[in-house]
Amino acid sequence: MDSNSQFEISESASQVPDFIRNSSSQRSISPVQSIWSKTSGGRSIREVSFSELESKPVRHGSRGADSEGFSASYKEINDDDARLIYINDPDRTDEKFEFAGNSIRTGKYSILTFLPRNLFEQFHRVAYVYFLVIAILNQLPQLAVFGRGASIMPLAFVLLVTAIKDGYEDYRRHRSDKIENSRLAWVLVNEQFQQIRWKDIRVGQIIKVSANETLPCDMVLLSTSDTTGVAYVQTTNLDGESNLKTRYAKQETQTKNPENEKISGLIKCEKPNRNIYGFQANMDIDKKRISLGPSNIILRGCELKNTEWAVGVAVYAGRETKAMLNNSGAPSKRSHLETRMNREIIFLSIFLVALCTIVSACHGVWLRRHKDELDLMQFYRKKDYSENEVKDYNYYGWGLEIFFVFLMSVIVFQIMIPISLYISMELVRVGQAFFMIQDNRMYDRASNSRFQCRALNINEDLGQIKYVFSDKTGTLTENKMEFKCASIGGIDYSNAQDSTEDGQIGNSAQGGGQVLRPRMKVKVDPELLDLSKRKHTGEGKHVCDFFIALAACNTIVPITVETPDPAVNLIDYQGESPDEQALVYAAAAYGFMLIERTSGHIVLDIHGERQRFNVLGLHEFDSDRKRMSVILGCPDKTVKVFVKGADTSMFSVINRSLHLNMLNVTETHLHTYSSKGLRTLVVGMRELSPSEFEQWQSSYELASTALMGRAALLRKVASNIENHLTILGASGIEDKLQQGVPEAIESLRTAGIKVWVLTGDKQETAISIGYSSKLLTSKMTQIVINNNSKDSCRKSLQDALLMWKKLTADSNATPGGSRTGLNEVALIIDGTSLVYILDTDLEEQLFELASKCDVVLCCRVAPLQKAGIVALIKNRTDDMTLAIGDGANDVSMIQMADVGIGISGQEGRQAVMASDFAMGQFRFLVPLLLVHGHWNYQRMSYMILYNFYRKGILFCYLDTWLFLCSNSVSELELGNGIKNLSVKIRLLDKKDVFG
Amino acid sequence: MSSEDDSSQPTSKSKKPKYSRFTQQELPSCKPILTPGLVIGILICFAIVFVPIGLITFTATENVVEIVDRYDEDCIPLKSPDNPENERVGYIRDAGTNKTCIRTLIIPKKMKPPIYVYYQLDNFYQNHRRYVKSRSDHQLRYPSHASETKTCEPEATTNDNQPIVPCGLIAWSLFNDTYRFSRNNTSLEINKKDIAWHSERTRKFSSQVYPKNFQSGNLIGGAKLDETKPLSEQEDFIVWMRTAALPTFRKLYGRIETDLEAYDQITVIIQNNYNTYSFSGKKKLVISTASWIGGKNDYLGKMYMAVGGTSLLLAIIFTFLYLFKPRPLGDPTYLSWNRNRAAVRES
Repeated sequence: MDSNSQFEISESASQVPDFIRNSSSQRSISPVQSIWSKTSGGRSIREVSFSELESKPVRHGSRGADSEGFSASYKEINDDDARLIYINDPDRTDEKFEFAGNSIRTGKYSILTFLPRNLFEQFHRVAYVYFLVIAILNQLPQLAVFGRGASIMPLAFVLLVTAIKDGYEDYRRHRSDKIENSRLAWVLVNEQFQQIRWKDIRVGQIIKVSANETLPCDMVLLSTSDTTGVAYVQTTNLDGESNLKTRYAKQETQTKNPENEKISGLIKCEKPNRNIYGFQANMDIDKKRISLGPSNIILRGCELKNTEWAVGVAVYAGRETKAMLNNSGAPSKRSHLETRMNREIIFLSIFLVALCTIVSACHGVWLRRHKDELDLMQFYRKKDYSENEVKDYNYYGWGLEIFFVFLMSVIVFQIMIPISLYISMELVRVGQAFFMIQDNRMYDRASNSRFQCRALNINEDLGQIKYVFSDKTGTLTENKMEFKCASIGGIDYSNAQDSTEDGQIGNSAQGGGQVLRPRMKVKVDPELLDLSKRKHTGEGKHVCDFFIALAACNTIVPITVETPDPAVNLIDYQGESPDEQALVYAAAAYGFMLIERTSGHIVLDIHGERQRFNVLGLHEFDSDRKRMSVILGCPDKTVKVFVKGADTSMFSVINRSLHLNMLNVTETHLHTYSSKGLRTLVVGMRELSPSEFEQWQSSYELASTALMGRAALLRKVASNIENHLTILGASGIEDKLQQGVPEAIESLRTAGIKVWVLTGDKQETAISIGYSSKLLTSKMTQIVINNNSKDSCRKSLQDALLMWKKLTADSNATPGGSRTGLNEVALIIDGTSLVYILDTDLEEQLFELASKCDVVLCCRVAPLQKAGIVALIKNRTDDMTLAIGDGANDVSMIQMADVGIGISGQEGRQAVMASDFAMGQFRFLVPLLLVHGHWNYQRMSYMILYNFYRKGILFCYLDTWLFLCSNSVSELELGNGIKNLSVKIRLLDKKDVFG
Repeated sequence: MSSEDDSSQPTSKSKKPKYSRFTQQELPSCKPILTPGLVIGILICFAIVFVPIGLITFTATENVVEIVDRYDEDCIPLKSPDNPENERVGYIRDAGTNKTCIRTLIIPKKMKPPIYVYYQLDNFYQNHRRYVKSRSDHQLRYPSHASETKTCEPEATTNDNQPIVPCGLIAWSLFNDTYRFSRNNTSLEINKKDIAWHSERTRKFSSQVYPKNFQSGNLIGGAKLDETKPLSEQEDFIVWMRTAALPTFRKLYGRIETDLEAYDQITVIIQNNYNTYSFSGKKKLVISTASWIGGKNDYLGKMYMAVGGTSLLLAIIFTFLYLFKPRPLGDPTYLSWNRNRAAVRES
């Protein structure tokens, strides 16, 4: 890695004309950096709204400070765009019955509309329309070339089969709708909570939800069982994230009990929209105006967890809920092969029309030439003498005859356009899907899931993928953070061993006759474990403080889960950040088990001894400070502040006069950790003197009750207390790569497929994962673009292009400079820069640059930007794109790409629902693309070619027949050509021709 | 939404697909690679098979003796040459004129029985759509279906709505020239038995159906039928009713069952009744022997020889190419994209 040269193009590029700097002299932008992650990047970026491309992460899962920050940006909602909700007064709320009820309908058809709508949808296929026209032509008596019934049969069969399939699917949808609609919820009716069905819930009603219940509609929280108004919800159904999210009831409503006192008020909120991370409203209650943000609303489909009950007022119901608005099915995609085939078919149609025109023209000439003979000609006999009055028999005049001949020739030559091919293709695809589903190589043992084919019509596109766009968290990595090593007091403890035998003692806690055990086991370093038990030695004390910091300084909520064994309960740590979870599990493994957390105190089980710490204050993580702190009142009556954060931010607040030696050693350790691809955190603490504490407490109270600029004030308070810290140590967390990811990426690259990683994570994290997944190699030249304005973006793009040209010139100049590795270029670009590039004239330059780079890493990108990047490639080239992701933030990308693949892992089903194919692991891409994709494409192509060949042969035969029938082209008699099959057989019948 | 989640519920049984060589696509397969040796071998095989077949077929057809005599032009006395068309049509349609015509044919080579006598019509579109459809198979097959004449327009019924049996344009236009053969003033007998297909005589044309109201309208199209004989016995009619696929066709008239020596002079007395003049068709009399591949038709033999010969030629060319300018099998530099790159590199 030391040979790695890195290029940083930032806003300061203007003052650094020689922007090529060596990374060894620039440690701060070294590819692997210590990573702080209270909310790992992947999380916080998810909170960026779908509709606006602002890269400013909007956090909703925060307590106090940031949600107030939201109210600072409060703006008046225009009356026209607002929806007025009178709390507990659904009649007045919805006077004109213009709001949707809470019943949902995902079914497409009703019994009455099934036939017309289904047919209408099926006839979206041009081929079907074509065959319908042919069949209708065949029904005209003058044109009945084939049997009337026979001509309608194939089409009718195809339509029927599809209709039955659609009908069955719709029936299932109706059934699930019915189940959904008749679920029960507690709703306040006549001052009392009564159970009513979901479909009868109306906007404005007050609803009470108990723990583990699913929310029936989008509600603004009024009060919860927690005195501070906190409610935890799980949004798995909505965005696929399985961790708990915190939502808050406003203090003004928290104290009210709707059963005792009538709540009345007015909520003014925005019109229903799809943005699940955004909500803007204000509430007039008790003559006070309160603003509401996304942290005050709980959405349909989520589950209430860890909260006994919550009361809310319904604001959006039924199809207007955010969940349903986001529930649009995946847009149907059409394979490139089929598009190509359709083009061929259009050519064929033109040829067909031309041919039919020629035939009918020839017929016209023939009719003209034999005008006088037609009446009596034995084989034509225009005149009908059977009646007394001589009439024309089956003759409609010159013009019409030619027209009929034209139509008849259309019917005869229709075989040029193969309907059977469409049906054959469908059948082949079903077979291919079967092979893909049955493939053992794509079975995931961990999640016990097979490969899933959700879209049936793009199988063969899998064989033509040129670009793979991959999400990072949960796709490349397992999204399971694991505590790997720690540096405590200047000593590196990284010899973690599996604690299977003696782990029992170390990481379980006795409590009320029951054993509590953390759900996840962590490998422990026996030396460190030993040390942590000796808390009376100086070293032991240090270690203790370190683990207390890990266990306490977070927002994790412990949840007790029962196991089959009644004596053992598992503790599940729920929180927004997987890093924090990993730290708390680690602390538990070393005997510092977090057992209980309320807003006022936490209970830790320290080696079997329960200790209660009062949480006196908590400073949330924010992106400016890059650290969080908690002020604990310890059992020994001391008050300590524990801080943890990213190394850059921590070293500035650590008291360098103390333990300078230890500080330096820790710094070296941190560097080692980060070069291993670990995410690092630094922990520090300070004991507060009573005077200091009091000073802090008063300013904290002042700040947290401030009406204006609360967030800024709190940040200031936090900064004041977080200084002169003693360093406790540092931790290294591994973001585990999924099995086989480096090998898979290697194979894909060898196959000439470009792999781009689009992640919401920070740049440093993304780069370190890039290295560990072998996406980036130390030989690559890195181009980094981080900019904050359009002009600087333009400049960096131009510089980068110049540099690329220089690099290629260099490698060409070097004699024998092979194409391997030497001038491979990696582009690393962040979401902020993309804001200024996507959808502007700079896109073209970015495309030019990106298509030249071997690897592209986009970090800190919002979901919609992911789609934008996919579109960047998709719109400018014919190359096929594939997007793979697992979370709700990947949905837009999955839908945008030619092929979308969902990882059916831990993060819910949102991505899977939007995807065309779903599978368990990233590495399955290799068999999918290189084996199945290749075969699918080849087999399908052969089949289409064969089909065209077959039609061609049949057509040649017909054509030859047509010419055999005539002595000369001018006398080409179309009637001869238009014969049913029996005549064709007669041609082969020698005996007839020759006797 | 809720029902979709069924699959995510933990199930104890594994969903791992059952192993079978079919589902894992591991069945043995064979895809021949077209190596030069294989291609040359296949081409030589073609040549070895096709050339002899061609030769045999060609000799067989060469041994067939065939005499074709066009008589429609000569059997019409042309009085005024200004307006031949109208005069001819007038002549042929006039029932009173004597239409006997005498032709003399010389046998070029000895002909062994069975010697087939055909009439050949040119430019007669018996395969025309209007024509082919104008018949009623039910009527021909079942006595009770006599009135099923819907498909027979415009020759379905008489003016007083009596059904015509057999109805339709095909029957109406039945060929009605007759030939009588004689050699050295002794007449040659023509056997007209069994000239139609056996299956047609027994199945398609009933022995119960007798002609009725046939050729009784204003417009006489062709021959009349003997109303005392059932359709199954009227073999000329059955032959005619089997419509030809091409506008030039021959239909069997009868068989001569004696030897005809070389340079025998055959006199044919033709009753030139059939009107081909209105659509400028031609009428020919054909006398031919048959070989095991049918009548005189050298196309098949020539085609076999051509295909076999081409294969042989290609095989020889490929062999020479392979010997003098070989190239390694599966060399990727010959692929189109690599070729471009190579070209760029060279330049």
